Amino acid sequence: MDNINSLIGGFGDVLSPMNLLIALLGVTVGTAVGVLPGIGPAMTVALLLPITYGLEPVQGLILFAGIFYGGMYGGSTTSILLNTPGESSSVVTAIEGNKMAKAGRAAQALATSAIGSFVAGTIGTLGIVFLMPQVVKFAISLGAPEYLAIILLTFTGVTAVLGASRIRGMAALLVGLTIGVVGIDFVTGQQRLTGGLPQLADGIDVVVVAVGIFAVGEALWVAAHLRRKAGSVIPVGRPWMGRDDWRRSWKPWLRGTALGFPFGALPAGGAEIPTLLSYTAEKKLTKHPEEFGHGAIEGVAGPEAANNASAAGTLVPMLALGLPTNATAAIMLAALQGWGIEPGPLLLTKEPALVWALIASLFVGNLMLLLLNLPLAPAWAKLLQIPRPYLYAGILFFASMGAYAVNSQPFDLWLLLVLGLIGFAMRRFGLPVLPLIVGVILGPLVERQGRRALQLTGGDLSGLIGGPVAWFCYALIVIAIAWPLVSLVRGRRGRRGPGGGDAGGDGPEPLTNARAGHSFNSSEA
Amino acid sequence: MTVLVGFVPNALGEAALTASVAEARRRGERLLVVNMSRDDVLVDARRAGQDQLDRVRRDLDELDLEFEVRQIAEGGDAAEVLLDVSEQEEVSVIVIGLRHRTPVGKLLLGSAAQRILLDAHCPVLAVKAG
Repeated sequence: MDNINSLIGGFGDVLSPMNLLIALLGVTVGTAVGVLPGIGPAMTVALLLPITYGLEPVQGLILFAGIFYGGMYGGSTTSILLNTPGESSSVVTAIEGNKMAKAGRAAQALATSAIGSFVAGTIGTLGIVFLMPQVVKFAISLGAPEYLAIILLTFTGVTAVLGASRIRGMAALLVGLTIGVVGIDFVTGQQRLTGGLPQLADGIDVVVVAVGIFAVGEALWVAAHLRRKAGSVIPVGRPWMGRDDWRRSWKPWLRGTALGFPFGALPAGGAEIPTLLSYTAEKKLTKHPEEFGHGAIEGVAGPEAANNASAAGTLVPMLALGLPTNATAAIMLAALQGWGIEPGPLLLTKEPALVWALIASLFVGNLMLLLLNLPLAPAWAKLLQIPRPYLYAGILFFASMGAYAVNSQPFDLWLLLVLGLIGFAMRRFGLPVLPLIVGVILGPLVERQGRRALQLTGGDLSGLIGGPVAWFCYALIVIAIAWPLVSLVRGRRGRRGPGGGDAGGDGPEPLTNARAGHSFNSSEA
Repeated sequence: MTVLVGFVPNALGEAALTASVAEARRRGERLLVVNMSRDDVLVDARRAGQDQLDRVRRDLDELDLEFEVRQIAEGGDAAEVLLDVSEQEEVSVIVIGLRHRTPVGKLLLGSAAQRILLDAHCPVLAVKAG
């Protein structure tokens, strides 16, 4: 009951005219950037970071939460209308959604995805209300070694479990950790990787990293691939669903939610796996198997619900443990640090009003998004007609302004350019961006926890493996890393043996396409 | 010599196409239909779908005219594309559709029709949607 009371208190904080206005602004901007492929909530939140330092933390978080949820809604619009996922989590939606749109059922596809997102978002946010305080209770008892183990598990999760290639994920994480250690060592006071530049002694500001990698990197990438034939406009119409569509949608919505939320709440996070699972499940359970591959509404409803529920779920580790498992959450954590609030298990006890206002704003934002997306879908689709040069000129302008505003030193602009080139190179070579940003934000934290654990035992390495929680995490890490090696060896044996045609990893064909599509649009996670 | 018409898939494009057919008949010249879409946007409302172009071809076939339908999906400026084609193809007249633009809209985005009217080296026939 405590949770409910706190939540009602949170609603009290959110339901002021100013905060509602900010929430509306957030969801509007979020939907817009979600619709545009390549520009996602993470980039937007990064661009807005310097501006929000002037706001109250509550208002800043309400804005970011709106953008975060809005991006989920907007991404599906692009998937359905254009077959170009606005975001990695709506890759699966494109499989059936675009077929529906081509068959003249764009309105129904948009409706089922918007209403499904609303249902899943609401249930998922309720899930946060009940699950998050429990996780906090558990997390407060954790010592440095356990916390270290959980962070390492998160690293493994975002590098090895998500994304197409483990090696690329690891490489991106290492780049991120390297950027994270630049600056003065907080124990010994040595300068690390500063190259003698006094401007680097304080470390590289997260704003500059995030804006450089997301905004400048993406702008350079688009500039290198500017020319692409335009698609024809698919008539949208006002989203609506017939009785039959409702009947076929509500179960996939609930199943998608049930799949998405737990995956999001794990400290490995990510929306790709639950959306894929939901798609496969709906394909198996459907009464209309002949429609799959030709625009089955279940194939839109399930994954869309799954990605929103998982987005809600990722806020559990973010708020309870201070562990971001998607790029937007990572930058929201950076924002918290910018306001001088320490994320982590103590956040809920130290700043309860802030946390509950954030959660209440998620409910409000979700409702706004439904009202904003159902009648206005045709207007959102018009955003796709904005010429790219205008769009990216604006992004680069805000990026430079934001990076300069952090410390008001021209040096940061050079840094921004260098980081932008790194971001471009990562897109060019297919390195995922999420591990890098997680590395930058969690790198200093993992270092501090590791050193603290070592200091407790006087430098004895056994101090790093204290307690059953840590053992459990390390066991999971070993499994996650060793599993592909084991299955590789097994696969080879199976091929040598007679009749060993067991190709365990082969999914149905559209799913492999979805994977490929994901690496194309690598900027969002 | 050729009659060049800029075709867009809406009422304006239909009006321009109708006028260009009459003009080609009157002059006894070949008709060149160009549909242009920009390559720096994700979707372009001025891009004609394959079925729309097929319908134009079928209609022109029935009218017993010598014609060519060309789709250009490169570049960012419809006026420039039409003017380039008019110079390469010995065009005797360019037919375009003209829509109402507010002064502010023209100031912000410019007007493709205006640029064609000013820069073309041949007569331009500007048609309003009926």
